[in-house]
Amino acid sequence: MTHVLDPDALSDDARLTAPPLPPFSDITRSDASLRAFLHGLPGVDQVGAEARVAVLGTRSIKTTAKAWAIDTAISMVDLTTLEGSDTPGKVRSLAAKAKRPDPGDPTCPPVAAVCVYGDLAGVAREALAGTGLHVAAVATAFPSGRASREVKIADVKDAVANGADEIDMVIDRGAFLTGRYLDVYDEIVAVKEACGSAHLKVILETGELVTLDNVRRASWLAMLAGGDFIKTSTGKISPAATLPVCLVMLEAVRDFRAATGRQVGVKPAGGIRTTKDAMKHLVLVNETAGPDWLSPDWFRLGASSLLNDLLLQRQKLRTGHYSGPDYVTVD
Amino acid sequence: MSSDRLAVRKTYKLYVNGAFPRSESGRTYEVTDPRGHFLANAAWASRKDARDAVVAARGAFGKWSGMTAYNRGQVLYRVAEVMEGRHAQFCDEVATGEGLSGSKARAAVDAAIDRWVWYAGWTDKLAAVLGGANPVAGPYFDFSMPEPTGVVAVLAPQESSLLGLVSVLAPVLATGNTGVVVTSKDRPLPAVTLGEVLATSDVPGGVVNLLTGDAAELGTWLAEHADVDAIDLTGAPAGRAMEFEREAAGTVKRVVRPPATEPDWTADPGLSRMTPFLETKTVWHPMGV
Repeated sequence: MTHVLDPDALSDDARLTAPPLPPFSDITRSDASLRAFLHGLPGVDQVGAEARVAVLGTRSIKTTAKAWAIDTAISMVDLTTLEGSDTPGKVRSLAAKAKRPDPGDPTCPPVAAVCVYGDLAGVAREALAGTGLHVAAVATAFPSGRASREVKIADVKDAVANGADEIDMVIDRGAFLTGRYLDVYDEIVAVKEACGSAHLKVILETGELVTLDNVRRASWLAMLAGGDFIKTSTGKISPAATLPVCLVMLEAVRDFRAATGRQVGVKPAGGIRTTKDAMKHLVLVNETAGPDWLSPDWFRLGASSLLNDLLLQRQKLRTGHYSGPDYVTVD
Repeated sequence: MSSDRLAVRKTYKLYVNGAFPRSESGRTYEVTDPRGHFLANAAWASRKDARDAVVAARGAFGKWSGMTAYNRGQVLYRVAEVMEGRHAQFCDEVATGEGLSGSKARAAVDAAIDRWVWYAGWTDKLAAVLGGANPVAGPYFDFSMPEPTGVVAVLAPQESSLLGLVSVLAPVLATGNTGVVVTSKDRPLPAVTLGEVLATSDVPGGVVNLLTGDAAELGTWLAEHADVDAIDLTGAPAGRAMEFEREAAGTVKRVVRPPATEPDWTADPGLSRMTPFLETKTVWHPMGV
């Protein structure tokens, strides 16, 4: 038992936050044991990951399978607007689009959620009342995450009070990269507690984590701390959601469920603009985590411009001729 | 230079969005002279190339139509300059492709370049000729001006490979539209060279997209495409033009019907090929106190 020999290990009574699910209950006793666990995860073969996604990206999906993939992708979209210039009016028009993405076609499914800043969650909640669509709000000093714990918790509570039922938090990448994993863990646990019944999505901001090994470690850390979803990016920095990153995260949720029995969702966000990108992600989900994840409850696509491309492709399949940007809403 | 030098056989590509991609389909076909001798390989554009070309043309429309008419004229004049520099190559391609004598080919190339210059001159004169102040019974200053319609699909003439092509493409550009051109199927080489000319002059990428291939195959996709605003059916295969026009009606496109037989391209075209691609905007501006 390594933690017994660990001089920094806290006794069960002294631990501030709840331990993770068995069989991992022991690993958060100290920074050292958590680091030992995370660094003990198998390394990621970057070249192998890139080759794997390249192969999966060549799958040809046509006709009825394509129609299914497009509708599934639409129902997984977290329709997002995260601009400083957002207004209640813009959020309301986004909510209208979320409910009926293609007003000319009642068979088009609605999206999964609308994702906004916390102060506009109330507007989104009101606009989506009675639809069953979720309201996601970014919180914890999004996108940098550079604020004190108290401010972040207050941010989350405010968003939940405004009506958000999904919270997208950012991890403290500074703490993660300097190796203070327990700080990151404690913060996620604290935010999860502040969420109450709201679902928690943990944004890893993989573009700042540098390596795929770090992505795997951050994924595990977020899942151990109780995140309901792990999300690639804020969408504010590039690179955002890339396929190799998504592959590593899908492997992590698959392995985590195998070890603990708890299923965690995945949300790639940012940089997914075309139907082809979206379909590559769906193939990746099916081939990596499995069909259990092919539902809006377990897989989301954080995007804004993607939806219009999905609608154009949907119209092309329905009418048999190419559509144009004049036939979808401008947002 | 001995004649036993190995021939450099050419495989040309498409011209889409300012770049020279292969056809998405990977297809090519052999271009021959009228007697069946091999000239070059050309890319055989597919419907997805047409789709990409329309996206490129739509993307370029804002910049091209937003330029001042004078500036657009300068850019088009520069194209004529670069064409002049490629004069010998054009002559060679027109002569071998169309089976013309050297002097006739030279006359066709001269006429094509002159036609381009002529259209370049029209850019900043159209508004004066086609627009103007309208007398209205009210306290308004009322005026109309021509504006480009948008993305124009052009099925280029099948016979006249350079003069015919210039005669249908230059009016589209002079009026501020962007174009997707399906070239002559059997005689595409002058169009390929024109693509190289456009790429090395000041025309922004995407303003002209040249697809070598079969108008019978691509015509339907362009006629039905909801993001194409007008279609010129000049090079449509015999018997298909009516069908294309019906398909174009689904999205109320402007349509230029093909002539029964290919016209004499050396004749003065007047404004006949520019006005179909213009929309008239009329403004009622309050006057007085």
